[in-house]
Amino acid sequence: MREKWKIFTNGFFKDNPVLIQLLGCCSVLALSVTVQGSLGMGVALTFVLACSNVVISLLRKVIPDKVRIPCFIVVIATFVTLVEMIVEAFLPDLYTSMGVFLALIVVNCIVLGRAEMFASKNGVLDSLLDGLGMGVGYTIVIVAMAAVRELIGSGTFWGLRIIPEGYQIGIVAQTPGGFLVFGIAIAVLVKINNRRGKEYKPEIGCEGCPLQCADKSECQKEEAK
Amino acid sequence: MKLLGIMFTMIFTDNYVLVKFLGICPFLGVSKKFDSCLGMTGAVTFVMTLASAATWAIYTYIMVPLELEYLSTIIFILVIAALVQFVEIVLKKYMKGLYNALGIYLPLITTNCAVLAVTLLNVDNNYNFLESLVDGFAAGIGFGVALILFCGVRKALEHAKPPKAFEGLPITLVAAALTSMTFMGFTGMAEKLFG
Repeated sequence: MREKWKIFTNGFFKDNPVLIQLLGCCSVLALSVTVQGSLGMGVALTFVLACSNVVISLLRKVIPDKVRIPCFIVVIATFVTLVEMIVEAFLPDLYTSMGVFLALIVVNCIVLGRAEMFASKNGVLDSLLDGLGMGVGYTIVIVAMAAVRELIGSGTFWGLRIIPEGYQIGIVAQTPGGFLVFGIAIAVLVKINNRRGKEYKPEIGCEGCPLQCADKSECQKEEAK
Repeated sequence: MKLLGIMFTMIFTDNYVLVKFLGICPFLGVSKKFDSCLGMTGAVTFVMTLASAATWAIYTYIMVPLELEYLSTIIFILVIAALVQFVEIVLKKYMKGLYNALGIYLPLITTNCAVLAVTLLNVDNNYNFLESLVDGFAAGIGFGVALILFCGVRKALEHAKPPKAFEGLPITLVAAALTSMTFMGFTGMAEKLFG
């Protein structure tokens, strides 16, 4: 039981997909503008991640090794289409605010990365827990970033005005703010780790790429150059 | 004139990387070396242009008559995956030089969210064939412009001495924030110029 709990909570902080593994930065940066929208994205991604992990784990002995990436993509795309339809039908406002990023969960590095790294090697229950845990970890980060950006950038929280009109720093809610807040978040993480005497150096190189496991040899060739 | 407008919008005002947050992973991952920037730009532009053309044709002549528009996400990503494989095989066989230059970046492009976004946004915007083609090409060039500009910024960053906690990725992200701030200066220019 404790082991299962460990798999589930692994994604929260210790092995957080966004802050530690640095996967799926695109959607985190783009959609962390309002708390509502980011929570919607977090839930959508968690759903896709958990479902695709379960299905891929079930199919892990059937899928031939050579064509596994296209197979994973088809499974993921199916669930993404499902989510797209549900959100469009029941939450049209959220659908417009997320725009193309909802469909882009298909190529989200986290989903493909977990399929490749975890679900294709582990049992169904473990994969489900891993998917849910990673999804929660992603949601924590994106909502936290959105809370900061919405408060400073638009002066609101969940649409409620907290900072009076005219005192907000609009740029934080725009594109540069996304990079800036994410950079500062990682710097804080590094600082905390250094305080505790742990060495932590985040770097997006080949490990930032979802196909790193699939094409490790290619990656190393490039590194060697 | 409309084509010029699309071109300008995709490269400057709606730059995929610096304004719309698409394709951040390769942007941060590959921008260390100038050579790899050029290689990645070439590969992305090539695949984006081809993917725009292919998905436009499939959407207009197959998916619309069969009323399969709701499957666009699945079909487009499969088309891109197949296209990338196909391009890789063709280049390997017939164009060795180009393959050596672009080869290692090709497999990484399937999951570059900018490529899928181009094809999906082409459909959303109801572009015709030529417009889709120009859109895909310009998106690739815009990606390249951002990548190459940022490569220069990173070169300068190597000699900087940031606070210890900011070393490495955090200061790179802060630099990206400043680079994207420059692109905010283009906001609204496309409407004024090409209205």
